[in-house]
Amino acid sequence: MQRIGAFVCWCGSNIAGTVDIDAVTKSAADEPGVVYSAEYQYMCSEGGQLAIRRAVEEHGLTGIAVCACSPRMHETTFRKTAAAAGLNPYMVEIANIREHCSWIHKNRESATEKATILMRAAIAKLNLNKPLFPGESGVVKRALVIGGGIAGIQTALDIADAGYEVDIVEKSPTIGGRMAQLDKTFPTLDCSACILTPKMVDAAQHDNISLYTYSEVDEVSGYVGSFSVKIRQKARSVNRELCNGCGDCITKCPVKKANSEFDEGLSKRSAIYVPFAQAVPNIPVVDRENCTRFKTGKCGLCEKICGTKAIDFEQQDEIIEREYGVIIVATGFKPLSPERYGEYLYGQSPDVLTSLEFERMMNAAGPTGGVLKRLSNNEKPKSIVFIQCVGSRADAKKGKTYCSKICCMYTAKHAMLVKEKYPDIDVHVFYIDVRTPGKNFDEFYRRAAEQYDVNYIKGMVGKLADEDGRLRVIASDLLDGKQITIDADLVVLATAVEASPDVRALGTMLTASMDQNNFFTEAHPKLRPVESPTAGIFLSGVCQGPKDIPETVAQAGAAAVKALGILSKNKLIGNPCIAESNELLCNGCSCCENVCPYGAIEYTEKEINDHGNRNNRRVAQVNEAICQGCGACTVACPSGSMDLKGFTNRQIMAEVDAICRT
Amino acid sequence: MSASALNDIREEVLRISGANPKKCMSCGKCSASCPASFEMDILPHHFVKNIRDGNIENLLKSKTLWKCLSCFACVERCPRAVEPANLVEAVRLAVIRKKGENYLKVDDIPEFIELDNEIPQQLIVSAFRKYSK
Ligand SMILES: Cc1cc2nc3c(=O)[nH]c(=O)nc-3n(C[C@H](O)[C@H](O)[C@H](O)COP(=O)(O)OP(=O)(O)OC[C@H]3O[C@@H](n4cnc5c(N)ncnc54)[C@H](O)[C@@H]3O)c2cc1C
Ligand code: SF4
Ligand code: SF4
Ligand code: SF4
Ligand code: SF4
Repeated sequence: MQRIGAFVCWCGSNIAGTVDIDAVTKSAADEPGVVYSAEYQYMCSEGGQLAIRRAVEEHGLTGIAVCACSPRMHETTFRKTAAAAGLNPYMVEIANIREHCSWIHKNRESATEKATILMRAAIAKLNLNKPLFPGESGVVKRALVIGGGIAGIQTALDIADAGYEVDIVEKSPTIGGRMAQLDKTFPTLDCSACILTPKMVDAAQHDNISLYTYSEVDEVSGYVGSFSVKIRQKARSVNRELCNGCGDCITKCPVKKANSEFDEGLSKRSAIYVPFAQAVPNIPVVDRENCTRFKTGKCGLCEKICGTKAIDFEQQDEIIEREYGVIIVATGFKPLSPERYGEYLYGQSPDVLTSLEFERMMNAAGPTGGVLKRLSNNEKPKSIVFIQCVGSRADAKKGKTYCSKICCMYTAKHAMLVKEKYPDIDVHVFYIDVRTPGKNFDEFYRRAAEQYDVNYIKGMVGKLADEDGRLRVIASDLLDGKQITIDADLVVLATAVEASPDVRALGTMLTASMDQNNFFTEAHPKLRPVESPTAGIFLSGVCQGPKDIPETVAQAGAAAVKALGILSKNKLIGNPCIAESNELLCNGCSCCENVCPYGAIEYTEKEINDHGNRNNRRVAQVNEAICQGCGACTVACPSGSMDLKGFTNRQIMAEVDAICRT
Repeated sequence: MSASALNDIREEVLRISGANPKKCMSCGKCSASCPASFEMDILPHHFVKNIRDGNIENLLKSKTLWKCLSCFACVERCPRAVEPANLVEAVRLAVIRKKGENYLKVDDIPEFIELDNEIPQQLIVSAFRKYSK
């Protein structure tokens, strides 16, 4: 039998103003198990906590029921008080008579009645509480960053600078991500490569960072503090140790017609290539799909020319197995392909570009050497039309439902860069709204309109028509209330930001939840923006949602700090309120496994001794380090085998019974 | 027309069109796509807004009802799947379903044929379907 103490808090007038504290305290004394009840002005104050400790000592209490504010507010406080008084901290129950009662009711009588009922429920539960002891698990002092864009690089640098080892796994042959493809960056118009490449080099040279480029994560198991990961390092066909990056092979390779991914297909590359001059690492890759040797067995010119004998056509994918304490996802994005919007003639006219293609064209190291031209005839355009919101802000059937957030700004940037370089070109921008919140962002856009004479037109484009080589843009001018036509030589589409392809599979591997747009979901949209709901998985950059570089870098640093919070610990203390299966009742149906959002449930074949009846059965087992105590399995289990410690079915039913008692 | 009669028409238009004008973000893509916009007094995006706002009376008198080609370019291109043509169509029906409001009458046919005597029969038939009850 428990010896329960009930403590009713006034919270100044917050509770006492609406609830008759005296009445609640008195009726608490009559509840089963209660041996002591008291009231206090501010239970959470030092005085209030001292009163609890004294009562525990004087009355030999085994459990404490506090009728006060939300457990979100002070449950931890009172658990500490209990521990200080020598009780197990889980022998505390809170009845929320503030947020759930005094704050939302006016009538004193009914508020008092409700407070009494809430108090009763808490005491009924407390009667069934058992001491709980959190488990401990170790922490592998190494972090894995998946994706080597600016987000992944920044997170890795921050963790490495704090003294922990980090591996970056990057799918493409080089780190750098999209930022490496950009020309200048808003809002300051500094050159993207000039600010990015030093960071890429820092990452490569950092003692604590190892780069796995041209690599992917194949398998993830384990849990926070101790993930095991299989990394597939794809065969480069070039020995990384022997290659000195001279590039002779690239010059020699007779295949010159493969599309350059880095230039968004606007230029061609050889079969053996590095994506761009400042690539990190500066080690070529043989693209086996385009290589003559792999296609026909002949050629091998790169092998012959290579002075260090680095070319290795026999190289196989390598699987690296590693343990990590934390994983940071930084898989970024890919611009949506506008091909499905036939009205824009993308893919039909070479003079219709996406914004990223336009970045490449404006870049001095890009496919045209930074010269703006019409790819149809190599002439300089006289008039350019930019179209915003292509594929964004749409009904789910027609595109992406969200605003891509960066395209208003980069379109203003593009418009200004054109005007800066070629003041005689007419520049028109079609917009629905110009969305430029951010420090110095609206000023930036206004500069385009006011100082650079960029013609902003409110309205969408209906379609483009190819008229003897020029592009006739048919659009709405909503402020004039009419349809207008502009003849353009070049049209640039600000296409929506889309989550990287195949991240869904990665999300499943990590049991990290994703939204319907394949962006990773944060644990709390406001208060835990860089954590995934899955413990030990953190989010950095655009993989969580569209953002620009300043925001990406801020988030990357925040993710690093959160990851360090785990790496710096020697042991992780678990939450003891987790699920537990009763093997005698479990029928191995998999219902719980299917609903668990964290992948905490496994099955084992086990000999079960059911009242002397021994047989082998498949039974559910909860991994204590992974379970977050959400309770989904306890509801799903048809045989009543799953239960949540601290919130057992019996405890919850006791609360319900107490509430229904008249 | 009384406010409640107009509201009844609005409800009816929403019901038979199945379209939801509140989804419109006033981007103007429908009006930009519309091949008949030059002959309209109320452009498709504005038509949608009028229904949303409950300004039905001027729509009933609008030239747009008769100029819309039912080409469905606006429906095809609207990023928010609003289906402006369905709304135009529904208002047109609300007009022609009233006694004596047929837009095209049998007596008009000779005039058509005079205009172009190769005019296909099918066209006349579909014009009847569209403009008359
Ligand atoms: C046209 C255009 C212009 C822009 N201009 C500006 C600007 O001027 N200023 C500004 O602030 N922002 C600008 N941005 C936004 C900027 O590009 C992004 O904010 C930034 O690139 C986000 O970085 P990230 O690391 O999150 O993603 P990314 O740059 O996309 O990097 C992600 C990396 O992860 C890798 N990856 C993906 N999936 C996997 C996987 N499964 N396994 C391993 N690796 C994987 C990718 O290969 C890539 O290297 C622009 C964007 C565009 C499209
Ligand atoms: S073997 Fe392949 S990569 Fe090497 S030179 Fe020939 S085609 Fe190029
Ligand atoms: S940022 Fe601007 S261009 Fe991009 S989707 Fe949002 S409103 Fe449209
Ligand atoms: S295209 Fe659709 S969203 Fe845009 S104005 Fe027309 S009806 Fe509204
Ligand atoms: S259906 Fe009517 S309103 Fe829509 S684009 Fe065609 S003509 Fe214009």
